[in-house]
Amino acid sequence: MSMLAIDKGGPSRKVKYGSMSRDRTWALRWSYFFLVLFAAFSLIPPIYMLITSLKSSAEISAATNPWWVFHPTLSNYFELLTSNQFLRFFWNSAIVSIVVVIVTMLISIPAAFALARMKFWGSATLATGVFLTYLIPDSLLFIPLFKMLAVIQDFTGIALLNRWYVLLLIYPTLTVPFCTWIMIGYFASIPKELDEAAIIDGASWLQTLMRIFIPVALPGLIAATIFAFTVSWAQFLYPLVFTTSVDQFVLPVGITTTLIKGDVFNWGQIMTGALLGAAPPLIIYAFLMDYYIAGLTAGATKG
Amino acid sequence: MADVALRKVVKRYDDVEAVRGIDLDISDHEFIVLVGPSGCGKSTTLRMIAGLEDITDGDIMIGGDVVNDVPPKDRDIAMVFQNYALYPHMTVAENMSFGLRLKHYPKAEIKARVTEAARLLDITDLIDRKPKQLSGGQRQRVAMGRAIVRNPKVFLFDEPLSNLDAKLRVQMRIEIKKVHQKVRTTTVYVTHDQVEAMTLADRVVVMNKGRIEQIGTPNELYHKPATRFVAGFIGSPAMNFIPCRLEDAGGKLNIRLTDRISFPLPPARAARYNVLPRTEKLLLGIRPEHLTESHAHLEPGVETFDTVLDVTEPMGMETLVYFGLEGTPVCGRVDPNAGAKDGAPMRLAVDLNNMHLLNEATGAVL
Repeated sequence: MSMLAIDKGGPSRKVKYGSMSRDRTWALRWSYFFLVLFAAFSLIPPIYMLITSLKSSAEISAATNPWWVFHPTLSNYFELLTSNQFLRFFWNSAIVSIVVVIVTMLISIPAAFALARMKFWGSATLATGVFLTYLIPDSLLFIPLFKMLAVIQDFTGIALLNRWYVLLLIYPTLTVPFCTWIMIGYFASIPKELDEAAIIDGASWLQTLMRIFIPVALPGLIAATIFAFTVSWAQFLYPLVFTTSVDQFVLPVGITTTLIKGDVFNWGQIMTGALLGAAPPLIIYAFLMDYYIAGLTAGATKG
Repeated sequence: MADVALRKVVKRYDDVEAVRGIDLDISDHEFIVLVGPSGCGKSTTLRMIAGLEDITDGDIMIGGDVVNDVPPKDRDIAMVFQNYALYPHMTVAENMSFGLRLKHYPKAEIKARVTEAARLLDITDLIDRKPKQLSGGQRQRVAMGRAIVRNPKVFLFDEPLSNLDAKLRVQMRIEIKKVHQKVRTTTVYVTHDQVEAMTLADRVVVMNKGRIEQIGTPNELYHKPATRFVAGFIGSPAMNFIPCRLEDAGGKLNIRLTDRISFPLPPARAARYNVLPRTEKLLLGIRPEHLTESHAHLEPGVETFDTVLDVTEPMGMETLVYFGLEGTPVCGRVDPNAGAKDGAPMRLAVDLNNMHLLNEATGAVL
């Protein structure tokens, strides 16, 4: 985003006389330097993945230049995209992530609205508490969560462990606190008079939320959606713990468990799977980013 | 449309008493302005009428019904906020019709009302724009339009012009007055600007420290202030307060300002103030327009004195002159051709027919 903003301002800014513009030019040069550095740093791994995914296993294990493809092939892509197993992982991931995003929004938005606007006893403490739960790492939580679900499964007889849908219960523990926190921030930035105007206009709390707050805080909503989707899509530890059968796996676990057999790494397919797996978040970013920025600037003008 | 009544209304936040027992009767069609310095409780009072703040004690009645526990949407009021509070994602028309749409009015009636209000406020061309495409003045018109289409019992304005520049403020002030003359809805208007209060109000309520200092028409407040606070708050430049005492001089009652300056009071004033103890510490309240240059032919009750001016401020149609009377700064208004100069001596005339006498300790106008 910051790259975008500077790109737009950059070319039109011609050198002017005076120390202010000289300072500015230098600041711009430095920012370009670090941005290029940063871009290279973060782009090299995916480029390496792309190169490797286009190679056959023989070429990967041959001691040739790893940064060049001598005999490009799409066989890795073909094999993965025709493999029922891989498509199953993809499907599981998609369902889990989409449902988790929906569940997260259904919980976070009303929660954030209540915490930001309905000043009830303990609301401030509760808001901080919501955020604190996010700070507890999942590596600490997975064992107690597992025990908890096991007890529930024994008690109710509902199969939860080793089922992909258990992730629908688990992931929101990661996404809801953070999304609620983001939304509290966005809702708090909406002027108080706006909901007062709505209340006087005859809107109920729910109508104020649906017809004023959600449209006005749409950039925040999109940020939260992107976050929730990314977290669910990339989550590794929980699905590794809670699912054990191949047909219940989501993409990150599926790729690493089925494409690494013993000490044999099927690098070509691993890289292909990872690239294909990175595609959906990338597409969502690309689509929502424009809207996100447009929304940001629209919200910036005074209510 | 309806009358509004406040009975011993109190608002307390924890330890702070923001509003300390207010009684106010606002009749139907009336334009009432609550005015006072910041923190005087005027906005809180307005918000209590709106139902946006709970009241700690007392009763608020709209149209004869006690509305203490009635939610804002059922009070049939409309409010215009200082920062407009337009819904940024809706067009002007959608903003204005939001309340009506929530109440499921027929589409045709909504359209008719919005069109009528837009015509009244001269914003017909802006009807499809979003708030961010409007200037401050246009936004404020839309905010008023949103209030008008609802056709409520009471309009509430919370410092609606404070965000506008000075020129636009004067223009919108006139617009608001015109709109009120047309729709005649009972209006409660909050401002800290006494000029706005004077120009708009049928009656002005001057508030200070959570209490009502005085209620009256603009002229009453100007000419017959009840307290030092009102006397000093209404009018610009503010009224001068000069320490003084009464003394008897040869069967007449004099008012002594300094060792040098003492005036005989006009007969009507002398009769009124004669009962006061001569030892009491008093303040002479005199407005700058009653401190002018001296003429050859002075009316009865107008006395002259000589002073040396500190500073003069030429305003065009008048010149403000500042001087000191034993350390008390005093302001007068003289004719621009009277020859007032910084640091120059000048003979001034004080019109004692328009004087006020205040008790220095209590601030009461005697």
